[in-house]
Amino acid sequence: MTPDSASQLQKLGHECLIEAGAGTAAGYLDEAYRAAGVEVVETAAELWDRADVIAKVRPPEPAEAERLRAGKTLISFFYPAQNEELLKRCAETGAAVIAMDMVPRISRAQKMDALSSMANIAGYRAVIEAGANFGRFFTGQVTAAGKVAPAKVLVIGAGVAGLAAIGTATSLGAITYAFDVRPEVAEQIESMGANFVFLDFEEAQQDGAATGGYAAPSSPEFREKQLAKFRELAPQMDIVIATALIPGRPAPKLWLADMVAAMKPGSVVVDLAAERGGNCDLTVPEQKVVSENGVTIVGYTDFPSRMATQSSALYATNIRHMLTDLTPDKDGVVVHNMEDDVIRGATVTHGGAVTFPPPPPKVAAIAAQKPKEKVKELTPDEKRAKELATFRAETKSQVVTLAAGAAALLIVGAFAPASFMAHFVVFVLACFVGFQVIWNVSHSLHTPLMAVTNAISGIVIIGALLQIGSGSKMVAFLAALSVLIATINIVGGFLVTRRMLAMFQKS
Amino acid sequence: MNIGIVSAAYIAAAVLFILSLGGLSGQESAKRAVWYGIVGMGVAVAATILGPGVGHVWLVVLMILIGAAVGWYVAGKVQMTEMPQLVAALHSFVGLAAVFTGFNADIELRRVLALDETARSALTGFAAILAHKTGVEISILKVEVFLGVFIGAVTFTGSVVAFGKLAGKIDGKATKLPGGHALNAGAAILSLLLLVVYCQGAGLWALLLMTLLALFIGWHLIMGIGGADMPVVVSMLNSYSGWAAAAIGFTLGNDLLIVVGALVGSSGAILSYIMCKAMNRSFVSVILGGFGSTTGPAQVIEGEQVAIDAGGVAAALNDADSVIIVPGYGMAVAQAQQSISELTRKLRAAGKTVRFAIHPVAGRLPGHMNVLLAEAKVPYDIVLEMDEINEDFPETDVVIVVGSNDIVNPAAQDDPNSPIAGMPVLEVWKARQVFVSKRGQGAGYSGIENPLFFKENTRMFYGDAKASVDKLLPQIV
Repeated sequence: MTPDSASQLQKLGHECLIEAGAGTAAGYLDEAYRAAGVEVVETAAELWDRADVIAKVRPPEPAEAERLRAGKTLISFFYPAQNEELLKRCAETGAAVIAMDMVPRISRAQKMDALSSMANIAGYRAVIEAGANFGRFFTGQVTAAGKVAPAKVLVIGAGVAGLAAIGTATSLGAITYAFDVRPEVAEQIESMGANFVFLDFEEAQQDGAATGGYAAPSSPEFREKQLAKFRELAPQMDIVIATALIPGRPAPKLWLADMVAAMKPGSVVVDLAAERGGNCDLTVPEQKVVSENGVTIVGYTDFPSRMATQSSALYATNIRHMLTDLTPDKDGVVVHNMEDDVIRGATVTHGGAVTFPPPPPKVAAIAAQKPKEKVKELTPDEKRAKELATFRAETKSQVVTLAAGAAALLIVGAFAPASFMAHFVVFVLACFVGFQVIWNVSHSLHTPLMAVTNAISGIVIIGALLQIGSGSKMVAFLAALSVLIATINIVGGFLVTRRMLAMFQKS
Repeated sequence: MNIGIVSAAYIAAAVLFILSLGGLSGQESAKRAVWYGIVGMGVAVAATILGPGVGHVWLVVLMILIGAAVGWYVAGKVQMTEMPQLVAALHSFVGLAAVFTGFNADIELRRVLALDETARSALTGFAAILAHKTGVEISILKVEVFLGVFIGAVTFTGSVVAFGKLAGKIDGKATKLPGGHALNAGAAILSLLLLVVYCQGAGLWALLLMTLLALFIGWHLIMGIGGADMPVVVSMLNSYSGWAAAAIGFTLGNDLLIVVGALVGSSGAILSYIMCKAMNRSFVSVILGGFGSTTGPAQVIEGEQVAIDAGGVAAALNDADSVIIVPGYGMAVAQAQQSISELTRKLRAAGKTVRFAIHPVAGRLPGHMNVLLAEAKVPYDIVLEMDEINEDFPETDVVIVVGSNDIVNPAAQDDPNSPIAGMPVLEVWKARQVFVSKRGQGAGYSGIENPLFFKENTRMFYGDAKASVDKLLPQIV
């Protein structure tokens, strides 16, 4: 909880309590909390006793789990799959436990997805750590003191952390490459400004959408291909940031000892997967080590904690959003709606029972991606053959049309008198010219086109003019009327067109 | 002026008209093109009046003066949003003039035929042309007159109805008499029979009766077509008015009339074709009215429409780098183009990329939206058509849909059972965020639910388009 989120929570009708000194490390002092209307409680025990909803970061200690009671709600990271014992104990107390790490990955729940918030920070911090241990600039420069080549950064795994790392590295000016086993993220990688490391592999890749947006283990052949690619890249890379994780499994080994050996001295490997064994062979969790050839390998597991202020702010917001969903009426009453996909998914114990693992959410996390149709590259020969075929088909259809048209004209010509034919030829030619000319009219000028054609179709005035000299009064009268309305048409049409065209302006 | 000079003037006029239409290929050349048209028309009319065989010159001058005054007044007064109805109204004039001219030809023919040999040779002008016709030529002439009057009459009532619908004086819904298109077909067949009777030498009554039938067809045909299909209708009527002029040209043996009629006719035909293609429907199905029947149940839409207020939209706009605005008929109805132009100006001043995406059938007239935006001083180089901009939506931060519905309906691509399946649409849903300015929750013209409104990246900005945008303006920084 931050002072900011506390005032938001109060708007939901909640009263807020905080353990004394809880925010100090992150730069939030007790005075700030008091100013925001938060009651600062001296001991944790008192807090556990008095609060109905307890929000914390780490999974509860066994002693804390003992303090839970029916009617209380605990919100924290829980890792229920790894902590079965703890899960059972919490369930027995009858309290509801909401695991922030179990929030389903659907759009609506993004605002409370603490994993993403933390991964974002980790990705950023990974680049900063790498920079701190790297002896050169990220960006390429040409200075009076000589030319500096830009750093080359490889990001393995383009999840939230990977993308954050890509963004940070590119904005520092590095040339960034990124790899991921899910081909559909190539677009995201490129949108962040990195180059997608393309792996030419035949096997149909499993769509990440099927696994809720996470990566799935890949086949041994694929892995071989992937490692070969990395081996090829290793000598060029200055910084490698490994973020590859597969849910519920140890981290895959992707950056092997020989790759580290191939890297230049002074290069840096930051392994964000260190907590789960690490992507790099040489990673030592929670430590920074230097390899024999002078490559620094950073295996810290506490990147979010190294940016406590930012992490606290984001996590507090995640928690606040969770509470907003838990108090739909904004009256300070927690309603634990187990029908709700998000709340159901994150709740691991409720009403004395273990409710983990949750049923699959009703809404598919990510729309399944339609397989992209591959446009087959044609060989020059095939291309030429195809062009020739199109050309022939076009010629054929045009010749047929022309022949049919000529035949039709001939038939008309055979029967109609000469005077008619003369006009008819003019008519056909005019139609032809009309079709040729009108296709070129730009779409935005279709309304002026209609106004102009409308104005010039007032040419019927000529018919009326030719008739107006008639001896018959009736004819003269009708012709005069025609002249009148045709003139309205002509003048009105042209003027309105001019008005319209005058309005079209270039910026 | 002898006949040779008149012919030369006609050729010059015809060339000028072709240049005039050809010049419309670009905004800048179009400004010159309209002058070609005006000069061409001036040359043609002057040559005709000064040429042989024109009498009652004082009457002609009087009529032209009155007509010009009326035309001047109307063209100066009309609002740009009223352009569709103006164009429709002007079409009806051409139709009516064609009908009158056709009648005249018939009356004149009878008069000439009734004269004896000496009197005939004394005739001048049009009557003289008639007098020299052989038997076959007179039959052909009768067919031409008949066709001219038929097309003219259909154009006349059709345009009057189209005018009424566009001006809101007649209910825009498709209404048909019991019997539907069978009535039209019957009237058309009857007209064909009358043509035969007329050519056999029947009197003026056959022509008059056919005129009534044609008037009915024009009225009933357009009454049966709904409001959103009006772009096709108006361009179709435009085409008809051209064909009517061409038919009159044949009757009078006047090549200029034939050329211009053919130009206008083909222009309208191409426009209709473009419009139909933009809706992925055949010309026949548009003319017969209504949407095609569906082949199965429509896709069920899940989710809910989420509303947003002006503050939310403004915040998103302030954060965005690239914005695309998709205007539709709703913008014209609400007269929101000035406010939208102001919004565009402010956003552009803030350094954002703002563009407009225009669907070919947006509005009630081909190119309707372009004219409205031009009126509001939106520069034309940021107004793009569908094919130019459709690929850019995925890289766009915010799309604002103002009063359009079917042209942004993803069902056209996703749902093979949708009545508009296969119609090319603007893929706005691919943008990061879509705001739909709309009056209420109702469905579009076609009565189809729009899944766009239920998408997760769509927010509904309810209210009158102009009022909504005006609320937005002060909040844009």
